[in-house]
Amino acid sequence: MAKDNELLEQLSQSDYKYGFVSNIEQEFAPIGLNEDIIKLISSKKNEPDFMLQWRLKAFKHWKTLKEPEWAKVNYPPIDYQAIYYYASPKAKPKKSLDEIDPEMLATFEKLGIPLNERKILSGVAVDAVFDSVSVATTFKEKLAEKGVIFCPISDALVEHPELVRKYIGSVVPYTDNYFAALNSAVFTDGSFCYIPKGVRCPMELSTYFRINAASTGQFERTLIVADEGSYVSYLEGCTAPMRDENQLHAAVVELVAHKDAQIKYSTVQNWYPGDKEGRGGIYNFVTKRGICLDSNAKISWTQVETGSAITWKYPSCILKGDNSVGEFYSVAMTNHHQQADTGTKMIHIGKNTKSRIVSKGISAGLSHNSYRGLVRVSKKAEGARNFSQCDSLLLGDKCGAHTFPYIEVSNKTSTVEHEATTSKISDDILFYFNQRGIGREEAVAMIVNGYAKEVLSQLPMEFAVEAQKLLAVSLEGSVG
Amino acid sequence: MALLKISNLHAEIDGKPILKGLDLMINKGEVHAIMGPNGSGKSTLAAVLTGREGYTVTDGSVEFNDSDLLALSADERAKAGIFLAFQYPVEVPGVSNANFMKAAVNEARKYRGQETLDAFDFIQLMKEKAALVEMDSSFLSRSVNEGFSGGEKKKNEIFQMAMLEPSLAILDETDSGLDIDALRIVSNGVNKLRASDRAIVVITHYQRLLDYIVPDFVHVLYKGKIVLSGTKELALILEEKGYEWLEGEQS
Repeated sequence: MAKDNELLEQLSQSDYKYGFVSNIEQEFAPIGLNEDIIKLISSKKNEPDFMLQWRLKAFKHWKTLKEPEWAKVNYPPIDYQAIYYYASPKAKPKKSLDEIDPEMLATFEKLGIPLNERKILSGVAVDAVFDSVSVATTFKEKLAEKGVIFCPISDALVEHPELVRKYIGSVVPYTDNYFAALNSAVFTDGSFCYIPKGVRCPMELSTYFRINAASTGQFERTLIVADEGSYVSYLEGCTAPMRDENQLHAAVVELVAHKDAQIKYSTVQNWYPGDKEGRGGIYNFVTKRGICLDSNAKISWTQVETGSAITWKYPSCILKGDNSVGEFYSVAMTNHHQQADTGTKMIHIGKNTKSRIVSKGISAGLSHNSYRGLVRVSKKAEGARNFSQCDSLLLGDKCGAHTFPYIEVSNKTSTVEHEATTSKISDDILFYFNQRGIGREEAVAMIVNGYAKEVLSQLPMEFAVEAQKLLAVSLEGSVG
Repeated sequence: MALLKISNLHAEIDGKPILKGLDLMINKGEVHAIMGPNGSGKSTLAAVLTGREGYTVTDGSVEFNDSDLLALSADERAKAGIFLAFQYPVEVPGVSNANFMKAAVNEARKYRGQETLDAFDFIQLMKEKAALVEMDSSFLSRSVNEGFSGGEKKKNEIFQMAMLEPSLAILDETDSGLDIDALRIVSNGVNKLRASDRAIVVITHYQRLLDYIVPDFVHVLYKGKIVLSGTKELALILEEKGYEWLEGEQS
């Protein structure tokens, strides 16, 4: 017992490495939310009218909704009128990398995000979103040769309005839920990606989200469309400065996979989690969903969630096409006062659809970590198969792990399997490592990484290494 | 020069005294057997020497290579050259034997100011040492002890000892739960690791193990103290007369 307490104390010394604030002149819309703000956002972006009308409908609908309360998370009521819904760097960079505010380039440099194409060889195309605005997208021309569109969604609305119009809200309609409705009304930027028929995207696409300004909400919207027989692997990373207040992040991600197309979507979420007393941190209320529209499509979600004060997120797959496949691989780690309620929904509609869920929760400190998942097999889904594995690992005895698996099966020919385990890093295991000369901090990192291996191995190589480091950093300070 | 010098050691767990004035001196190159009935303090001695938490030393001293052993943390003691073959080795899901040993060996090398081994040399070394305990090198990619039989777990302990080349190895009831074939393989492995710069302490209930690993000295631990020391013949006397005989000897 004494050892547990010590371990907890050691764990609580970990530092958040991305907590700095960049000194960049910014322009804000007036605080609060009303129709005028939405019109302002829309006009700032020079959006086509259909977008504004859609936003206004979403706003109207949002006002009729109540904040959901079913998740196992606790937080004081959010005052939606005390948030800035639009913040943008004053100097409008956009066109060329050379024109970007050097302070901002320095920020992304500090975060390890390469924006200077000439300097990088890593072969990852990056879109960087700073508060409400996308500041740079790299490798745009190289991608264009293949017909791949990868740009800020605000640019896509101007340059490819019909494409956006066809798909936006088709997977997550604004009526979907409270936060999706809010996002639809006020989303400010995010990435748009379209892979044409038969094209295998020649490089990893990546968006990096950074919240900088105080009292600002981030509401990005990402839309990825993979046309017939195409393939894309997309990565998403996020950080925010350390602030004593809570900040709201309510994003929507929609994925559309056509016949024989594959989308692999990876997230390393490292929003500021708050300090060890639970002050500050991001409220991360995100709706992510993909649809396998036609046969043999595949969508694979991989997430490593270490940040945010509260995470509320269920990347899901609608398996409409016959033989389509959905996957969800997740590592969610909570420490101190963090709360995570995350999982997935696999909706089997097509025949012989398959889904696989691997969820690894790691709880430390006073945190709570819940897996919430739904597997639904509809009447027509002949021969559907699901396999779910939900494991929880506890560090110490003051944290909690919870599992809420929901299974609804309406077709007798389907197979649904669910496995769950809960384990604890015991004193016996730690002593075993110590006796072999391995200190406590490294022991915990090795055990946690070993435990999360099945998920981490799904990440693209560069990200897997980052994620491993991130898990270790989140546990840093555990030397006795 | 003594490798290990234990003087008047008193230790307790949860306020309950277990070791009550234990003295023991061990030199390099020697093999010592410590025998004694249940509850006499054998495993407590191993735990105190290796720095396991929960045990409080209330009196006495332990010198290892002429410096204060009790001032070091558990992992420092390991890196300084003390190895414990566990009576009940734990299972560590998700961490492979190879990764586990690589971390352990490199920690020890760093501690001694040596360069860490590269992957190729390391794999060669592991294969060589695995052969000592007749283990197929395929176990290296499996998780530490996960799904291992009792015999495999004990072999793995001796394999780790071979990898880490300690100057003092403590084998805590390594014979428990072994069938006769496994006992022979494990003992052979230990015998091959006998060396002039290494001492081995064998903790056991039974004389049987000492037929395979022949000790230079045998000590009887009884009610928290070493009450009798002798050569290997002492073990035979104990086997014959039982530990109750000690009651009479003591008074």
